[in-house]
Amino acid sequence: MFSNNDVLETIAMVEKEHLDIRTITMGISLLGCIRDSAEETARKVYDLVCHKAENIVKTARDLSGEYGIPIVNKRVSVTPVSLLCAAFPEKAPLIGKALDDAAETLGIDFLGGYSALVHKATADYERKFIRTIPEVLATTKRLCSSVNVGSTKSGINMEAVKMMGEAFKEAAFLTKDQDGIGAAKLVAFCNAVEDNPFMAGAFHGVGEADTVVNVGVSGPGVVKHALEQIPDANLTEAAEMIKRTAFKITRAGQLVAKEAARRLNAQFGIVDLSLAPTPAMGDSVAQILEELGIECVGGHGTTAALAMLNDAVKKGGVMASSRVGGLSGAFIPVSEDIGMIRAAEKGAITLDKLEAMTCVCSVGLDMIAIPGDTPATTISAIIADEAAIGMINQKTTAVRIIPAPGKDVGDEVSFGGLLGRAPIMPVHKTDSSKLINRGGNIPAPIHSFKN
Amino acid sequence: MRAVVTVTGKDNKGIIAKVSTFLSEKGANIEDISQTILGEYFAMIMIVDITSVSEELSALAEQCAELGKQIGMSIYVQHEDIFNAMHNV
Repeated sequence: MFSNNDVLETIAMVEKEHLDIRTITMGISLLGCIRDSAEETARKVYDLVCHKAENIVKTARDLSGEYGIPIVNKRVSVTPVSLLCAAFPEKAPLIGKALDDAAETLGIDFLGGYSALVHKATADYERKFIRTIPEVLATTKRLCSSVNVGSTKSGINMEAVKMMGEAFKEAAFLTKDQDGIGAAKLVAFCNAVEDNPFMAGAFHGVGEADTVVNVGVSGPGVVKHALEQIPDANLTEAAEMIKRTAFKITRAGQLVAKEAARRLNAQFGIVDLSLAPTPAMGDSVAQILEELGIECVGGHGTTAALAMLNDAVKKGGVMASSRVGGLSGAFIPVSEDIGMIRAAEKGAITLDKLEAMTCVCSVGLDMIAIPGDTPATTISAIIADEAAIGMINQKTTAVRIIPAPGKDVGDEVSFGGLLGRAPIMPVHKTDSSKLINRGGNIPAPIHSFKN
Repeated sequence: MRAVVTVTGKDNKGIIAKVSTFLSEKGANIEDISQTILGEYFAMIMIVDITSVSEELSALAEQCAELGKQIGMSIYVQHEDIFNAMHNV
């Protein structure tokens, strides 16, 4: 049984510390929708998604009301669309439109899975599919896209890396009247996971059940508040406090995930133990690091503090959930975290430091705005660096970067809502095009040969 | 099915009466009640059986939140499972 203090603590977490369930994401397999033509496939896709997820918004609202914990986002992830239209890749945008329409009908926030998995090589139909991504992101609202360009097992597909640099540029350019928001809905992955509930990188892997419910928990504010109670604790004690807090947060996620799965007639997939910030004050991962004793995030010691935070969150969360998966770790998206935004505005955090931080946390260079005139090959080189970190360290890494059209260092992009705003950060001006234009593969590391 | 009703705010006359009358009219049975007063701050926690309440729990929670606004308090109604999950191993 729980005590009165437990009840009041939970209410304070929600009221003052921004505890929420960040997302309920329903993963839906669309493999059964493949038909002879793109038009028929698109129709089938729309019908199936609308049917399977028809109650997701209501269920989330009900659960939120019953448990007294906000559920911020309702989302759907689907089978990588490139697989659905291997026979007619040029017509993939029809499927993209059908998915975006379904998302609008359902009233969900985002739908992920306009994706391709090309970590070893790019099949001809994948090449054609990837070329459709920028236009599709510019003409849809809720659809998100991701491409897996590498893995520990297969190395890095540098042709795909090159294509993705160009895709980010084009996606931003085609949405230049909205600060390049198209690029904010696109992710390049290394070691992509099949059960990620978070956007923009969610897709429903082919190894998954027909319909699953994955839940992403959050609560940077709760962790920060807990640490404020022990300002003079040493780091061992601080790590313990983070673990205990992560346990409580995750238990709430586990309860919601199981109940949501039951009500939606889906299999319970995983709980993703991520600390996901929002632009709201007090809901920031950067501010946790500052609470631990870094004057400003980005300063020396940031990587160490983040490593401890990330590990403690996992240790607390793993015990709290029967099935853990997704990305599970602390997110450090610049535009979605008020502490990060401030550090970037002061020039205290750089792309290089962010890259170092991604070695020890999930997931990668996330929601970073860079000058609009950055060459595509430089963006590809940034993706290659990040993919290399993921490949060698056997972890997921990702790049979601916005080359803001017509903007330069000193300017800002603003997307509103959860996507937030970000100052333009400088990139190295030196040329990396020869590396990118070499093509080929970066071979898988020696430690991947485990059989 | 049991829910936890939490009423917090500045101490005032008749809070328990108003909230418990409202709940009993809805068909809820109060099983346990406790309250603490810290200075001006008032916190009352009730365990109620809501099996006989005809409305859905989320609707009851909304109505109680509304009642809270009328009497100048914050009222939360939450399924007991959330506390069992978060605070028990």
